[in-house]
Amino acid sequence: MSFDLLQMGSYLAVLLLLAVPLGYYMARVFSGERTLLDPILKRLERAFYRVARVDVTKEMGWREYALSLLVFSFLGMLTVYLIQRLQGILPFNPEHFGAVRPDLAFNTAVSFVTNTNWQAYAGERTMSYFTQMAALTVQNFLSAATGIAVALALTRGFTRRETGFLGNFWVDITRTTLWVLLPLSLILALVLVSQGVIQNLSPYLKITTLEGKEQILAMGPVASQEAIKLLGTNGGGFFNANSAHPYENPTPFTNLLEMLAIQIIPAALPITFGRLVGDRRQGLVILAAMFLLFVLGLTIVYASEYYGNPLIKALGVSSPTTMEGKEVRFGLAQSSLFATITTAVACGAVNSMHDSFTPFAGLILLLQMMVGEVVFGGAGAGLFGMLVFVLLTVFIVGLMVGRTPEYLGKKIEAREMKMVTLAVLIPGAAILLGSAVAAVTKIGTFSLSNPGPHGLSEILYAFSSGAANNGSAFAGLNSNTPFYNITLGIAMLVGRFGVILPVLAVAGSLAAKKTIPPGPGTFQTTTPFSFFCSL
Amino acid sequence: MVREHDISNRQAKSTASLMRSLVLSAVKDAFLKLDPRFQWRNPVMFVVEIGALLTTFFTFRDVLAGIKESTNLNLQLTLWLWLTVLFANFAEALAEGRGKAQAATLRRTRKETVAKKLVGGQIKKVPASELRKGDIVLVEAGDIIPGDGEVIEGIASVDESAVTGESAPVIRESGGDRGSVTGGTRVLSDWIKVRITANPGETFLDRMISLVEGAKRQKTPNEIALTILLIAMTILFLLAVATLEAFALYSGTVAPVPVLIALLVCLIPTTIGGLLSAIGIAGMDRLLKRNVLAMSGRAVEAAGDVDVLLLDKTGTITLGNRMATSFIPAPGISEEELADAAQLASLADETPEGRSIVVLAKKEFNLRERDLSSLKATFVPFSAHTRMSGVNIAGREIRKGAADAIEAYVKQRGGALPEEVKATVERVTREGGTPLVVAEGRKVLGVIYLKDVVKGGIKERFARLRRMGIKTVMITGDNPLTAAAIAAEAGVDDFLAEATPEAKLRLIREYQARGHMVAMTGDGTNDAPALAQADVGVAMNTGTSAAKEAGNMVDLDSNPTKLVEIVEIGKQLLMTRGALTTFSVANDVAKYFAIIPALFTTAYPELKVLNIMGLATPTSAILSAVIFNALIIIALIPLALRGIAYRPLGANAILKRNLLIYGLGGLIAPFIGIKLIDLLLIALGLV
Repeated sequence: MSFDLLQMGSYLAVLLLLAVPLGYYMARVFSGERTLLDPILKRLERAFYRVARVDVTKEMGWREYALSLLVFSFLGMLTVYLIQRLQGILPFNPEHFGAVRPDLAFNTAVSFVTNTNWQAYAGERTMSYFTQMAALTVQNFLSAATGIAVALALTRGFTRRETGFLGNFWVDITRTTLWVLLPLSLILALVLVSQGVIQNLSPYLKITTLEGKEQILAMGPVASQEAIKLLGTNGGGFFNANSAHPYENPTPFTNLLEMLAIQIIPAALPITFGRLVGDRRQGLVILAAMFLLFVLGLTIVYASEYYGNPLIKALGVSSPTTMEGKEVRFGLAQSSLFATITTAVACGAVNSMHDSFTPFAGLILLLQMMVGEVVFGGAGAGLFGMLVFVLLTVFIVGLMVGRTPEYLGKKIEAREMKMVTLAVLIPGAAILLGSAVAAVTKIGTFSLSNPGPHGLSEILYAFSSGAANNGSAFAGLNSNTPFYNITLGIAMLVGRFGVILPVLAVAGSLAAKKTIPPGPGTFQTTTPFSFFCSL
Repeated sequence: MVREHDISNRQAKSTASLMRSLVLSAVKDAFLKLDPRFQWRNPVMFVVEIGALLTTFFTFRDVLAGIKESTNLNLQLTLWLWLTVLFANFAEALAEGRGKAQAATLRRTRKETVAKKLVGGQIKKVPASELRKGDIVLVEAGDIIPGDGEVIEGIASVDESAVTGESAPVIRESGGDRGSVTGGTRVLSDWIKVRITANPGETFLDRMISLVEGAKRQKTPNEIALTILLIAMTILFLLAVATLEAFALYSGTVAPVPVLIALLVCLIPTTIGGLLSAIGIAGMDRLLKRNVLAMSGRAVEAAGDVDVLLLDKTGTITLGNRMATSFIPAPGISEEELADAAQLASLADETPEGRSIVVLAKKEFNLRERDLSSLKATFVPFSAHTRMSGVNIAGREIRKGAADAIEAYVKQRGGALPEEVKATVERVTREGGTPLVVAEGRKVLGVIYLKDVVKGGIKERFARLRRMGIKTVMITGDNPLTAAAIAAEAGVDDFLAEATPEAKLRLIREYQARGHMVAMTGDGTNDAPALAQADVGVAMNTGTSAAKEAGNMVDLDSNPTKLVEIVEIGKQLLMTRGALTTFSVANDVAKYFAIIPALFTTAYPELKVLNIMGLATPTSAILSAVIFNALIIIALIPLALRGIAYRPLGANAILKRNLLIYGLGGLIAPFIGIKLIDLLLIALGLV
């Protein structure tokens, strides 16, 4: 146990150590300062703009920003959908997979564009290499960049004063992809390959096992997709087993790297935020709040996994610790850590089957998704999700100071409250209504593999995972049915854009406001005390 | 002081009976407000009302169908749900009650009066309601002024107690800043001609009535924002409870509708939802009690946000009159000689400065006042031309005046201003005083130190404001040197010297551009633009109607220091809202622990561990939570009406304090309350 604690502790230390420089680097990238990579990327960036005819100097109001984002996402969905439907006639398809069913193709398209990466399919049995690369991996980059762009736009809402403009969406996603996501993915992919993650386009291998049976080994360009799957907090595995698969996650070292990769951008973004708003402490408070909640969740998950289910223990059928559904090479600590990370960060990659966690641990994983992307959360989405909750808290608590509540010098008034509450209500409604429909309809309960309360948890988990754009699965629920494909697809869309649009609207109305200079009458959002309030 | 004492005495006698009638009419109004057309304006309570209706329906349906097992519970639930709505309505009605009583009094003063309208020099008697803007009326002693207007001719003493409650008459005269009269007030002596400036129905009195009545009450910006949050919470819990039925169905149980409604009502923010409008009305009312009329609730809220106060020096920071504080003799002159001459020169000087010189000389050197006529002296009054005043007595010519005026005077007679005196003059000026030089013939005797006397306690008041995070800026027509000295003495943060109305307006705009919220007081017509520009502009009731139009508050007592209280009331209003919201939200935790285990105890007995309060039965748990939820509204009405205690501390300190009381208190209180009610229910055998 003490070794486990040491493992988890050192992981968190390394995470923070890496997050700080990355945070500063991103702040430089987003504020247009010089970086080391400029000599190579500047030219590439300009070429992009020339081809796409983007006017870099053009500033967008929140409506235009949102419209660009919607058009971009819709085109992305259309592309992913069409590639899946047409993969039979497209190249790089050594296993000759046919067209993906329309409902599944819709679900998958929505899933990858919304950064959810809910997978109702098994990758190695459904998707051609071309689909994996051109449709899914591309969206892994773009959906993450979109999330970060929204967080950026919201940040600008706080820093700008008396303007309607939030920046340029095209520039934001281009710079995020080129300066942040691509270099990190490149490095991670190479390291993964060195550790044994495969990267090829060869047909599946047929081998004979020691027992003399025949086994098919799925191949593919795994490493390149694996890197961005984690960095972009996407989570859509190349294989069905996701990060529990040895070709995705072969060694304890890759496991460590993968966990870091999931959490590094969400952990660095608050620091970037602090830099951009000109007050590092504001970023640290947010990071600290996320960190504390994360450690709390992790402690509960690990403890309940370690001590096992008391009811089962009473039966005397298993050892107290629960290893069912976990990879032996990762063990309890790394599985608990991975599960907590992936649900908190809204990544959805898994290295163990969450279905088989103890009830209490499962509840924490579920809770982490239900509160929305707050505890770190997805790339960008975590930051703006947390800021939504910060605004909500500051509004209630700030009133008690006897002034119109304000955050970072911006007054929180009716319009902000309207949008902020929408951003909280919409995913909540999607989870509740979706689960309720699934729970009372035959078509919904038909897919359950566990009856009783556990089945209910599976349904809730699926809709929470979808609406919170998490994408991790509890397993146990056969979700590849038209009913679930469509309802979960809708939940993902609602959960993504039902938050992004209000957030952009808030950003727009904040940017148009004056900034109130702080004084002794303003309630400071950087004190340790206010940090506890935001919890 | 006397007046306040009087009123409080009078109030004490009538408070009991007034309170009784207020409560009685509020009870009646609470039922009238059940009308859905009215109730929907409060969305949270509207949901409760619908819940109560549904519960009533289900209870009767079950009774008629002969299902008896849950009749007892349902009947009690129905009762308490209706009570929840009624309690909230009662809170609002009670808050409105005081204003309504006041409006009735005002309305009585608005009774039909006959106006003496001047048409072509002839007096024509017309009803006041027929007067229009621009009409000219004559008002003589004993008449009631028929409408708002400006005095264009004459001077009269006017009893304005109908509007201000102040029984001492005030002078109203044409020209200057004392020219506005209010309809409904009475001329006590002399006569005035008034040009009417408001049409009937738009007068000050009319506006005042509609304000105190709350007839035109609109939700303030922050109230709207808070309502949005409350609605969102209501919707979220509505969804959660509705889907709970689905999950219950899945689990093979059916959650009875009345119980689900009970759960819903406990979870939605009924406490703050029920008290929100009462808090707002009570805030306006608190201002009214201090004789300040806010033209909108928005202004009251803005007052809480104010972080810069512009204060006129004269009357607000200083007493308004300069007083002699010391005699500084020229070389070779004794202090007593100077004092004697100064007193002689001031004996006939009726200005406050002159009087203060006489008094000082008497106090310091026991120089008695002398009768000028017996001394055969002739008084030389102050004139704008000579800028001196003095006395000619038995061949002596004593003069006092500004340094340069005296210098010219003695030079003419072959004298000169000694260097020492020049130095003294400069020093006094630098210290914020006004030097008056005294000369006899060609000889300069010395300097009288006149000082602007800063009001007692004002420094502490500004320190208190600073702790609240409010910056004070003194506005004065003095030169920068004098202004700086007074600013330092009074403890203001900044000052604007040699202020003109334009400079004032510019200063306000500058502060606003930097994101500050500015409050100011004013009374003159030239204050009007600045009053309109300021976020909170408090016009003095004695001021011109232009000023009153421009400001968004009117202080009926015309006391500029009241700005501080106005700010405190604004802050208190916001704090009360925040505190009760926090309390309401914190309450939910205990209710979860009461209701969730009770609801699912049959389907999932494991959830029994959540019943940490050890509530007797599921029925008593649900009922206790609902009863607590209703009673807490009644229990908090006094707090909502009075406002939470305000202390001038820094924001972080206030927050810490309030979070501890209302956050932690809100967390703990319901655990205790629900448990007690549970015990009581069991003891009474109600469940």
